[in-house]
Amino acid sequence: MGSFELSGKVYQTDEDGYLVNMDDWNKEAAEHLAKEENVEMTDAHWEVVNLLREYYEEYKIAPMIKILIKAVGKKLGPDKGNNKYLYELYPQGPAKQACKIAGLPKPTGCV
Amino acid sequence: MAKEKESKTPMLDELETGPWPSFVKDLKQLAKRKPELEQALGQLEDSYQTNTNHWLGTVLNLDGYGGGVIARYSDVQDKFPLAAQFHTIRIIEPSGWLYNTAALRQLCDISEKHSAGILQFHGMTGDILMLGSNNEKTYTAGEELMENGWDIGGSGPALRTLACCVGPAYCEMSCFDTLGLTKFITDTYISELHRPELPYKYKFKISGCANDCANSIQRSDMPIMGTWRDKIQVNQKEVAKFIKENGENYVVDNVITRCPTKCIKLEKKKIKIDDSNCVKCMHCINVMHKALAPGKDKGVTILLGGKRTLKIGDTMSSVLVPFMKMETREDWDKLIQLVRRIWDFWGEHGLDHERVGEFIDRVGLGTFLDGIGVEPDPQMVKHPRSNPYIKFEEYTQPRIAGEPKESPNVVDKEVEGKEAAV
Repeated sequence: MGSFELSGKVYQTDEDGYLVNMDDWNKEAAEHLAKEENVEMTDAHWEVVNLLREYYEEYKIAPMIKILIKAVGKKLGPDKGNNKYLYELYPQGPAKQACKIAGLPKPTGCV
Repeated sequence: MAKEKESKTPMLDELETGPWPSFVKDLKQLAKRKPELEQALGQLEDSYQTNTNHWLGTVLNLDGYGGGVIARYSDVQDKFPLAAQFHTIRIIEPSGWLYNTAALRQLCDISEKHSAGILQFHGMTGDILMLGSNNEKTYTAGEELMENGWDIGGSGPALRTLACCVGPAYCEMSCFDTLGLTKFITDTYISELHRPELPYKYKFKISGCANDCANSIQRSDMPIMGTWRDKIQVNQKEVAKFIKENGENYVVDNVITRCPTKCIKLEKKKIKIDDSNCVKCMHCINVMHKALAPGKDKGVTILLGGKRTLKIGDTMSSVLVPFMKMETREDWDKLIQLVRRIWDFWGEHGLDHERVGEFIDRVGLGTFLDGIGVEPDPQMVKHPRSNPYIKFEEYTQPRIAGEPKESPNVVDKEVEGKEAAV
């Protein structure tokens, strides 16, 4: 368990640095989480993060990677709808880094 | 002093007392050089005494990789700070697990430098496991491994590291080049291996013949097994020699009566085989391995759906493609395309954490075969129907995306040409 403070607001995180309460999430917190992951947020990065949050709002679950790839391809153009593109943005994997920055819960399952 | 130290791990010490090799003995030996191991053992003792597992899972990836590191950290790290992180790195093994000593020495050196010095040859998937790295050492180990031409294996919902038997490198039974095919599939699908994008894990295991030394049928989603479609090669001279050495009774007891389809006979000290009824089980060839040999028209049988218990109970793989040549690059490409079609259909309609065998169980083999464009074949039947009055289930309505299974409509079953193996 940990926490960080930005502009007077305290954010609770779990042992891996994921936000405990996803309602806490805002752009500032995302920037902070990205910095911890050594990811420099560009427009392309935001596109994926926003998509993840939209998906989560609608379905209350993080998308399977295949669905994320497809959604990215549909929304942002077919040249971006592949795993390679996502790993270029988030080198340690969209499941780990993009979800964390988007304030989504830690991906579960057998790793 | 020494006694006091021993009494720290009384339950682990019990594991040293048997006549068999003991990991506790080995790890204690290693702990003289690697202090973190002593603490890991201490934690294990604590686990034994309190019946609690202290390892928690997390995600740790090398840059550009979505898997390959099994990250574990301890929930009692205040007590055992040196064993706070104890990650396992999976490394792709060479085809057939064939190494030269230089490669093994190199792995040992890297393991000594960047992990707790424990190497496992080989894990359940087939790959090499390097145990006991912490967060930083995992990265340095990965870097050094890749500089020396090794690569990280698969984990998570991805293609897993492939494994094959020694194949034609050492074994005369092998019906195709298991080593080459393993390398080819690994190279072709390396992105799917490193970056998970499937509903769940997908394992290949490749065996040169039905002896199945890679344990493919139990332990992989897609076993590829060598077989042949012409006659077993019989060398009657060697048969006579075998009978002379072992006696006729031995042949009857151990070969003739043990043939599962009773298609082999001994007539006037000569072996006669009814090849049309042979199921290629390899038993007679194994017993009389000089006198008998697999046929000349060799190829593979491709199976699908083996797995451990998850959504449904344990399953063994069953036949998908009864026979296929596997010699040229074109044959290999055909296999790659088949795999791609399976992944596309299963990836599209499979649920999260659903193995392909479970997917077939849910949607029905008919729907699945339609989806991947393979014609049904009687050899895909796992076992005959037990009740002759119930006819085959129709599969005109595909049941995908979680629709409930409809009970088969027995009245409408008289449609010609619609019967399929389900």
